Amino acid sequence: MIASVQPSQQAGLHEETLASRSPVVNDFSIMVATKNGSGSQTANTTLLRALFKMGIPVSGKNLFPSNIQGMPTWYTIRANKNGFVARRPHAEIVVTLNPATALEDYQSVQSGGFFMYADDIKLPLSRSDISHYPIPVKKLATENEKEPKLRTYVANMVYVGALAQLLGIDLADIESALLFHFKGKRKPVESNMKVVRLAHEWAAENLIKTDPFRVERMNATEGLIMIDGNTAGALGAIYGGVTFAAWYPITPATGLADALNHFLPQLRTDPQTGAPTYAVVQAEDELAALGMVVGAGWVGARAMTSTSGPGISLMTEFTGLAYFAEVPAVIWDVQRVGPSTGMPTRVSQGDVLKVYFLGHGDTKHPCYIPGNVKECFEFGWRAFDLAERLQTPVFVLSDLDLGMNQWMSEPFDYPDQPMDRGKVLSAEDLKRLGGFARYRDVDGDGIGYRTLPGTDHPLAAYFARGTGHNERAQLSERPEDWENNMVRLARKFETARRLMPKPIAEYVEGAEVGIISYGSADPAVQEARAMLAEAGLKTSYLRLRALPLEQTTTEFIAAHRRCYVVELNSDAQMLQLLRLHAPEYATRLHAANHSDGLPLTAEWISTAVQAGEGSANRA
Amino acid sequence: MGTVSLQKVNVIGLQKVDYKGNDSTLCAGCGHDSIASQIITAFYEMGIKPENVIKLSGIGCSSKSPAYFMNRAWGFNTLHGRMAAVATGALTANHHLIGIGVSGDGDTGSIGLGNFKHMVRRNVRMVYIIENNGVYGLTKGQFSATADVGQELKHAGRNELPPIDLCMEAITAECGFVARSFAGDPKQVVTLIKAALSHRGTAVIDIISPCVTFNNHDDSTKSYVWGKTNDDRINDFTYVPHQEEITVDYEEGEVKEVTLHDGSHILLKKVDSKHDPTDRAAAIKLLEEAREKQLFITGLLYVDNRRPNLAETLRLNGTPLVHVPAERLRPSRESLEKILNSMK
Repeated sequence: MIASVQPSQQAGLHEETLASRSPVVNDFSIMVATKNGSGSQTANTTLLRALFKMGIPVSGKNLFPSNIQGMPTWYTIRANKNGFVARRPHAEIVVTLNPATALEDYQSVQSGGFFMYADDIKLPLSRSDISHYPIPVKKLATENEKEPKLRTYVANMVYVGALAQLLGIDLADIESALLFHFKGKRKPVESNMKVVRLAHEWAAENLIKTDPFRVERMNATEGLIMIDGNTAGALGAIYGGVTFAAWYPITPATGLADALNHFLPQLRTDPQTGAPTYAVVQAEDELAALGMVVGAGWVGARAMTSTSGPGISLMTEFTGLAYFAEVPAVIWDVQRVGPSTGMPTRVSQGDVLKVYFLGHGDTKHPCYIPGNVKECFEFGWRAFDLAERLQTPVFVLSDLDLGMNQWMSEPFDYPDQPMDRGKVLSAEDLKRLGGFARYRDVDGDGIGYRTLPGTDHPLAAYFARGTGHNERAQLSERPEDWENNMVRLARKFETARRLMPKPIAEYVEGAEVGIISYGSADPAVQEARAMLAEAGLKTSYLRLRALPLEQTTTEFIAAHRRCYVVELNSDAQMLQLLRLHAPEYATRLHAANHSDGLPLTAEWISTAVQAGEGSANRA
Repeated sequence: MGTVSLQKVNVIGLQKVDYKGNDSTLCAGCGHDSIASQIITAFYEMGIKPENVIKLSGIGCSSKSPAYFMNRAWGFNTLHGRMAAVATGALTANHHLIGIGVSGDGDTGSIGLGNFKHMVRRNVRMVYIIENNGVYGLTKGQFSATADVGQELKHAGRNELPPIDLCMEAITAECGFVARSFAGDPKQVVTLIKAALSHRGTAVIDIISPCVTFNNHDDSTKSYVWGKTNDDRINDFTYVPHQEEITVDYEEGEVKEVTLHDGSHILLKKVDSKHDPTDRAAAIKLLEEAREKQLFITGLLYVDNRRPNLAETLRLNGTPLVHVPAERLRPSRESLEKILNSMK
């Protein structure tokens, strides 16, 4: 069968069988295959937000290449009435506009699903277990748009209109999603809606629906917002009082700096003077980016940078300096797949070990690990309080999936604590104290008192350095000075352990199996647990939210016969840290790690846990 | 009866001892120590409060210098080649601080060249001194990027590569204050530092500062003997701070007056000057000629205060960012609600 044949001719016996199935409502995945740079992002996010506006739990993930224009790109949308929004291994609904991937896309359609494709794509259509919908994309786009350059862009709206018709998505919701996308500008909304309506009408007249999928309005997204983690993190930083940010462009972290640049002018321009209460500098490289942050943090700014794995490598030396000279800094690592350039547009949790121990010599760092966009916001502001309290670099380990994709969320809570600026001595303090020793542990928490340059007192200044120093910040290579300092830094790290957010532990009565996971793996873990429960396996769940690890985690491991550590990397990095943290329970901890560039699926996790349980029970 | 202090003080009432640093641990006779003394003199004579100063460096012999002047200023001995970046952040977060950086030829000319040029390009307001001796001292005598081609050193052998001229690098990065001097000429060094402190943006002073241990034999262009014999001043000038009246008595037409950003003046004696430092093309040509003829030219090569500094580019014209009170750093609850509502 060739794709250019008319749909009426396709509707053979098997399609009648397909059509007689009972409807599947608000439970499907869509995969849209296009070419990078063809403007499909507008169409995809429009579909996503329209479903969201219809009250249906939904998620969208962009699986894109490292390329500006021309290479294949896929977008997946998952709608699920039960609120499971992790990626699915296969989509029931596949739309392709890209001849280069059409065959692969066609073969990937989940049995029982449907394949929608541009009708000029020549393809042998051999499957009888799915429905076929050829769409005259070119014809509809050309009819509507005379400008050839814009034609490619509006072509994407053809599948939006056709899908809306087939699935029953309200055109009013499509329109309000477009209004959101174009920030209320009527003109582009109108021109896009024109194509959507045209395609909608065409589909109504020409397609015979033989698939069971459709949507129904529900109210599961009432009061929720939809946002990406990079924007959430940037907003967190802004409400955390960021005053200085330096950054260097890198996928997938660039969106964080973009969001800072977008929101800072409107939120942080002094109403009286019109002057900004922030500075953002695009650095010449990541070395300079963190160098600037360290300089700004040293003089008292709330300073941050955002980067990804390769940038983290370049920030290594400055991280060591900031750790040892004890300068506050906030560093976001939006992780992607390494080693090396790896797959720069694909997700991983592969920097856990690297970041935790970043530096040379004995270094370790507090790391926040947000598991959702709400935590991206919360940790975004908390990270500054912690960095200034501890006078040390604090990391936030996000990832590409969390950072760049759209997620539903409860609205973020406004910071519930005043800013903690840490231990800073003023000129008055110095007058009273008659001087100070920068690196002396006065309070027993390992944290010394610092002064900020410009403090008007003859004894205020101290000399910051990466070289060995004594309590008074003087150069020293005396063994006892070195050791004192390192022992104090270890004590400070114990303070950090107490201040970091605790894991979220969910104990299930009678569960012998625990799942430990973190970050963007959370939705897939939640769904996997439901699948496992269905199959008769009860699981408890501990979601880590920070490093260093602490007692809650030890107790969780102790309470379960076996714990599976679910993570998105090839070396089971968190598992290694957990075994170091709780060596007495090392044999209870099992790897459930996976890294292929794609977000984890519940199916994969559930299979991995069941396989583990199978071999455990055989043993 | 009260006692009258006979100690000399500057305009803000501080003695020179208030600008002192620790004792130097560099080799006896090191050019860097002479420069540290001139930094002390310049800041003392300019009446700058040490508590308003940050002194930064990278790594190397030169970068130890900040410990040897102004103990009442905040020091930061950063990473090799990375002082420029740290200074950029510090002086952006608090643009009221006065920044002085001391670097070396390895620090600036090799490992930190990129960051150096970008700091100059951004025009961060600071005095950036390069203590240039053509050699790596702390690692025992390797050639640096400013070493002359054909030069021979005991351990390093023969240098086959052309030198990088850091003044030329500064000028091509649009630096608005570029000078070269010699550690053996304290009067010129101190005058240049004072003028540099009055500059609007990055002021680069490349000071040939002999390494008495590894690179001070008479035929080295970075030695005391060479410097003393070959120092060719391209201009003779006087620095007049902005508070002071210009009283130097010159005939009309004898003097070229250059006004610096803070209202200070540089008076160039035309009769002794072979170069107009406000002419960028002439500065580049002069450096090119000096390179061809191996001339050791010193003086103010280029000055131009028209380009805004980084703080001005970022419109940081009011309170330094670090002094903005917390309540103005956290936007209102209502503003967050508004943003979140727009994402529904």
